[in-house]
Amino acid sequence: MASTEYYNDRVVRLFLLAATVWGIVGMLLGMYVAAELAWPGLNLGIPWVTFSRIRPDHTFGVIFAFGGSALMGTCYYVVQRTGHTRLAWDRLAECTFWGWQLICLLAMATMPLGITQSKEYAEPEWFIDILIAIVWVSFGAVFFATLARRRIRHIYVANWYYGAFIIAVGLLHVVNNLALPASLTKSYPIYSGVADAMVQWWYGHNAVAFFLTAGFLGMMYYFVPRQARQPLWSYRFSIVNFWALISIYMWAGAHHLMYTALPDWVQSVGMAFSLVLLMPSWGSAANGLLTFNGSWHRLKSDPAAKFMVLALVFYAASTSEGSMMAIKTVNSLSHYTDWTIAHVHSGSLGWVAMITIGSLYAMAPRALGRPAMHSRKGMELHFWLHTAGTLLYVIAMWIAGVTEGMMWRATQPDGSLTHAFIDSLMTIRPLYMVRWFGGVLIWLGMWVMAWNLWYTAADARRRIILPMPVPVPEPASAQTPAPAPAAG
Amino acid sequence: MAYRHFESVEKHAWMLGILTAVMVSLGGLAEILPTFVEATRVKLAAGGKPYDPLRLAGRDIYVREGCYLCHSQMIRALRFETQRYGRFSTAEESVYDRPFQWGSKRTGPDLARVGGKYSDDWQRVHLMDPRAVVPQSNMPAYPWLATARIDGADIAARMRTLRRLGDPYTDADIAAAMSVDGRTELDALVAYLQGLGLANGPQPAQAGAAAAAPVARTSP
Repeated sequence: MASTEYYNDRVVRLFLLAATVWGIVGMLLGMYVAAELAWPGLNLGIPWVTFSRIRPDHTFGVIFAFGGSALMGTCYYVVQRTGHTRLAWDRLAECTFWGWQLICLLAMATMPLGITQSKEYAEPEWFIDILIAIVWVSFGAVFFATLARRRIRHIYVANWYYGAFIIAVGLLHVVNNLALPASLTKSYPIYSGVADAMVQWWYGHNAVAFFLTAGFLGMMYYFVPRQARQPLWSYRFSIVNFWALISIYMWAGAHHLMYTALPDWVQSVGMAFSLVLLMPSWGSAANGLLTFNGSWHRLKSDPAAKFMVLALVFYAASTSEGSMMAIKTVNSLSHYTDWTIAHVHSGSLGWVAMITIGSLYAMAPRALGRPAMHSRKGMELHFWLHTAGTLLYVIAMWIAGVTEGMMWRATQPDGSLTHAFIDSLMTIRPLYMVRWFGGVLIWLGMWVMAWNLWYTAADARRRIILPMPVPVPEPASAQTPAPAPAAG
Repeated sequence: MAYRHFESVEKHAWMLGILTAVMVSLGGLAEILPTFVEATRVKLAAGGKPYDPLRLAGRDIYVREGCYLCHSQMIRALRFETQRYGRFSTAEESVYDRPFQWGSKRTGPDLARVGGKYSDDWQRVHLMDPRAVVPQSNMPAYPWLATARIDGADIAARMRTLRRLGDPYTDADIAAAMSVDGRTELDALVAYLQGLGLANGPQPAQAGAAAAAPVARTSP
């Protein structure tokens, strides 16, 4: 092997930039749709500004554009560092970047025009779905080809999660989006009714499992030990949790369809597996948190570590909430209400966004050739804006959800319903305003991050940073237990 | 099993990949395959037909506008649900829904049995300006529906696609699609809403297919 091999951080930097931009765009859309629910006049009578048209833009923007860019960028960074090798196929890797950005642009431009499949989190129409499949397979090819040329024999656990994320999301995407086009802008799914519901929520639930959980756990398993500056608390525990998590998650999708026309046995199986799922979820959270044992003092000096610790706490909290909401009795109250929205956002703002932001703050200086982020105070400010915004949002929606659930089921002594539907909406309207304000704080925090990254990237913009060499010669072949994440 | 044996999995990317693919497939296969078999047996009772051209156009507008984001079409088998919205929803009522419109969130009320609950005029005014009839509503207005026109040829193409997927449209049904050419999108959406719970419900076994389904309706 040549001794002058360098890590490919160019594509990592591109994804870092894209994640920042999409984060601001996606959360701006979220803020606007939240405002429309509180003040419906903001729909303005314009089709492509109307809540129901741009809400999918918000979800696609934050999950696939922001989250997707962050996942692909960190994945490329981690697989190189943990394998002591340069990314395979530079050109294809760069194509996955431009392909993914094209997909995000196309999807977010067509959905407000009403070009949609209307399957939640799989809204883009068939021609975009084909593009997604192509880019995804390329992404997988780059990832596994890089694994194949690694110089460390043992595959570090973060890569397993990234691998599972790539394999499962590819599978879910293809199966859920099978459709027959009627024209360029309209297609019909090959499934209908109950079968479509089952396939859609198998997809929807496992998009959460493998996009929003497995992928970000990959991030967590690399960047948490890196930021805590010590090895993972228990490597063996991470193995147990990996296999348990990926096999159990796939069974739990039916908990989105409790008391519906879905066959009863599927609902019960979904509920049972959702409860079992709590164990690997808490296992991963505990493993991450215990990794900080002995270096808790770093929380005083490192806001990135603070983001990570709070992310893990939110992960533990929202997974136990999720398992609880899958209990049929609880679900009868929580389903269809804003409790679901609270749960989703405690997971996405608390867990996903915080682990992403923490990991980006950890990765950015290294990928941008700087010793540290431009401003530690900026990171502190971002942390408090994000935390305050998330708490406001989640608490407001919890109260709203439980209120709705209680009001919808309340009956008078004579057995008649106590409230008309509109009563519940009027009661929770002020909470919609609180939620919007929480969103504003989070969005402002994203601008602080963007500003901070811009100045951290000053050298990279002037193209005066040196590429980072891959450490060669290769390390000893027998490595038990697994090595700590590579330095650098 | 000694940890050493498992190490071989962790040192071979292809083994890790294949095992992962197997593990993630089990749950889906176990739940989706039987559901799929059951679902293909579900048929609308005698007399039930797939969407006529106007209601099909309306359904696709419902999908296009994203109504499912705030309105469910799935009355759960719970007493307070059936009291508010009518008889619980059954599997056969959505056999012609591609995609299904059960929804996941109720910012507004369930619509599974909204058909016939309000007059056509009320529905029109409400879609043009929801706060004209429900002052506290936070639903967006959809004024563009009143001027946008339906393309009959497009609806015919959609019906042909649906027939290819197995929906029982006859040639005569598809030829009738041209009759809706030029109607407003508002007409179509109102026709769709007014059929919900009536036209897609289980029809009486006797000839009276045009009559409303015998569903227990309660208010509010």
